[in-house]
Amino acid sequence: MTDAAQLLISGAAIGCIYALIALGFVLIYKATEVVNFAQGDVMMLGAFVAFTFSSLMGLGFWLSLPLSLIVMALFGALFDRLLLRPIIGMPTFSAVMVTLAAGFAMRGIASMVPGWGTDTHSLKAPWSDEVIRIAGIVVSTDHLAILLITAILCALLYVFFKGTSIGIAMQAASQNQLAAYYMGIPVRRINSLIWSIAAAVAGLAAVLLAPITFVHNNMGFIGIKAFPAAVVGGFGSIPGAIVGGLVIGWVEAFAGFYLPEGFKDIAAYIVVLLVLMVKPSGIFGQMRRKKV
Amino acid sequence: MRFIFKTRYEQDLLFFKDRHTAFWYGLLMLSLLLAPWFVSEYFQTQLIFIFISGLVGLGLMLLAGFTGQMSMGHAAFLAIGAYAEAYLQARGWPFLFSAPIAMLMSAVAGVAIALPALRLTGLYLAIATLAFGFIVEEGLARWESVTGGNAGMMVAPLKLIVGSLESDQGFYYLCLGLIVVVATALKNLLRAPTGRALIAIRDSEVSAQSMGVNLARYKTLSFALSAAITGLAGALYAHQIKFLSPEQFTVLVSIEFLMMVVIGGLGSLHGAIFGAMFIILLPEAISTLKDWLPESLSGQTGLKATLFGLIMILFVIFEPLGLYGTWVKIRTYFSLFPLYKRGMFKRQRSYTKSERVH
Amino acid sequence: MQGFFEIEHLSKRFGGLLAVDDVSFSVKQGEIFTIIGPNGAGKTTIFNLISLIYPASAGQIRFLGKDLGQMSPDQVVQRGIGRTFQNIELFAQATVLQNLLIGRHAHTPKRPLAEMFFTRSVRESELVNRRAVEKIIDFLDLAAYRDAIVAGLPYGVRKVVELARALCTEPKLLLLDEPSSGLNVEETDDMAYWIQDIRDELDITVLMVEHDMSLVSRVSDRVLAVNFGKVLAQGTPSDVQAHPDVIAAYLGQA
Repeated sequence: MTDAAQLLISGAAIGCIYALIALGFVLIYKATEVVNFAQGDVMMLGAFVAFTFSSLMGLGFWLSLPLSLIVMALFGALFDRLLLRPIIGMPTFSAVMVTLAAGFAMRGIASMVPGWGTDTHSLKAPWSDEVIRIAGIVVSTDHLAILLITAILCALLYVFFKGTSIGIAMQAASQNQLAAYYMGIPVRRINSLIWSIAAAVAGLAAVLLAPITFVHNNMGFIGIKAFPAAVVGGFGSIPGAIVGGLVIGWVEAFAGFYLPEGFKDIAAYIVVLLVLMVKPSGIFGQMRRKKV
Repeated sequence: MRFIFKTRYEQDLLFFKDRHTAFWYGLLMLSLLLAPWFVSEYFQTQLIFIFISGLVGLGLMLLAGFTGQMSMGHAAFLAIGAYAEAYLQARGWPFLFSAPIAMLMSAVAGVAIALPALRLTGLYLAIATLAFGFIVEEGLARWESVTGGNAGMMVAPLKLIVGSLESDQGFYYLCLGLIVVVATALKNLLRAPTGRALIAIRDSEVSAQSMGVNLARYKTLSFALSAAITGLAGALYAHQIKFLSPEQFTVLVSIEFLMMVVIGGLGSLHGAIFGAMFIILLPEAISTLKDWLPESLSGQTGLKATLFGLIMILFVIFEPLGLYGTWVKIRTYFSLFPLYKRGMFKRQRSYTKSERVH
Repeated sequence: MQGFFEIEHLSKRFGGLLAVDDVSFSVKQGEIFTIIGPNGAGKTTIFNLISLIYPASAGQIRFLGKDLGQMSPDQVVQRGIGRTFQNIELFAQATVLQNLLIGRHAHTPKRPLAEMFFTRSVRESELVNRRAVEKIIDFLDLAAYRDAIVAGLPYGVRKVVELARALCTEPKLLLLDEPSSGLNVEETDDMAYWIQDIRDELDITVLMVEHDMSLVSRVSDRVLAVNFGKVLAQGTPSDVQAHPDVIAAYLGQA
């Protein structure tokens, strides 16, 4: 029984990482109908940035964290400005290709930065590598930190989107860009803001994940699993991203334990194929229908 | 400036638009046929890779460029074709039989992903194909008895009905012949009712249905045909590379293929070939530029990925019609000189209107 | 007795919204039958139900005595019902000719394998299609636009191309969704003549949705008025336009 409870915790923790990455591109998708296939690589960048501040520049964890979040936010806005503004008005397929290409370029550039390269680096949090006993279950502090911080972040974002006019402006811009423009909504600035938030969230996920997986160039591939998470939860839904992430995390944890070797790696993809066949709109999904 | 004066309907049915075009293609064909006598062995190998990548490009172009079904797991079809070929050839099947079987198995896989994908569009379809790609990749790695798993699998020299094809030259002509056959078949298909139906599905599914196009049938056909062509490329690839391992068929490779056809020019068969040329010649170009670059940059393995990504972004932003589009513009410039106008190829921008209904 | 086209007790519910509410009417062969009603009355929904873009919640649609049932839109075309769309659904990046040739799809033998080799029979059927399409081009005066990319054409011309494409499907019953919307006076005039020619020269029965009352009066044999998904009145154009419920629906209650 404690095995199951153990799996629930560790599964939820990795699920939260998926959820945070999925949250990033669901935010972007809701606002701009662009799917950012480079979100995992943005996370990788966030890890390296945090690593640069804390290890290479020796600033320590508590100073590096906010600094790297700020840097990531700026990066997100820059990404939007340089790469996505020129393609406003083009079909969304173009944006997808741009993000795919950007992921390639980011991995390439990151591998060429002195001090980063293709090596594996260590980035620990002050609470890392400890364990806590809760009700007879051994929980690693890294996992616990992921769960707690994800929960706090979700609460903050909920308040931000429901309680501010920016959130409403975002929704307007996502549903009809031209009309939003006419209403005086600064669509492009709102988009940049969304990208900043999404990049910062990825940066936070990076810092939470790094103690477990270490910092390396291919770190972003974990982000590919965030897509099944977002689909399962219902693409375009923020609570869906969280729930989807947790579901995938749990499926993987239990598959890894109870099923033969190899199933753990593809569990997420089998689940998403099943969901797509049965209920493509996912758990919280939105209806898509072309009006003729 | 050339104007084609048409007097009969048959002229619209011609394979080549006019005698001019036929002449240039004939010249191209001739130079490719004579190439092995004039180019270095290294360049001949590069041409073979271009032919193989071109086949993949043609397959992907049919599915993504002409039917509008985005496929992010295409390397899976390449893998199935490659491993099937290697497996059968190791058991003594001649190419004449092993290659069609490899194509058939890829086609079956294509149908397997087409059926759940029928109701999916855009993003959901992309993720379904992505998932499919991962599952096939993992399956190949696990199915050790057939594929040798992660340790890899050696590929025997190409067996024909009598003897085997050992020479590089022979293999060159085989690849050239196959890509010409496939390209011709596809060109014929595209100027016939089936091709029109596929393009209709790409441009407006509702409209296509209202004109009598059975979506399920044509989407499945497109997936199957696209997979079969890619499977054939896989069979050739197996013999060229001589050693197969699952790492050669990851999702990253699928994404590279997608980028290849976009850079080449989505929506035209030429785009597949241009894209193949780009993807094979890019590392060449980097090597040549190495002498000009500072030491710190040129030695890096990440340079290729970076350049690939950056060039792709530039194309999407500035030249959505891809390399083939640039080619057409240059050609038109010279044929219309000095009457060429920059706005000739401009496409209307359309603002995104969400298709979501809350 | 076998009727030409009959709708009985047709209803469509979208979640909580009853878009079409127990609508019944029949169309006689060779007539021009128009459905009128204010915006949002459910007219296009009725069309979408007939061409089976989505299935009805209740009711029956019978064409040539046979129930359309649950078939898919492409099968509806095979049966002989063609349609145009309110928001033009042409293939924007293709030429007019290519758009029209797709209209012939339902009547073309489908042989992918033969097509890959472009055999003589494929060539023959392509020429048959081309001649059929050229007849429609002549009929609607589209010869000047034959090789033009649709995206670059003016709206009025695109509407005509949309009509042409529907005609290429060789329908026995043609559904026209607001054929005159967006057209100026001269273009509407042309459209009126064409609709009548479609009935007289091509022997096609026309069922249309229309807002332009002068066009409705000029060409329609019978009219059906709907509002909020329900039938208000049915009869000749003048009868329906004089009906108090119809006047109330358009102008509002006094």
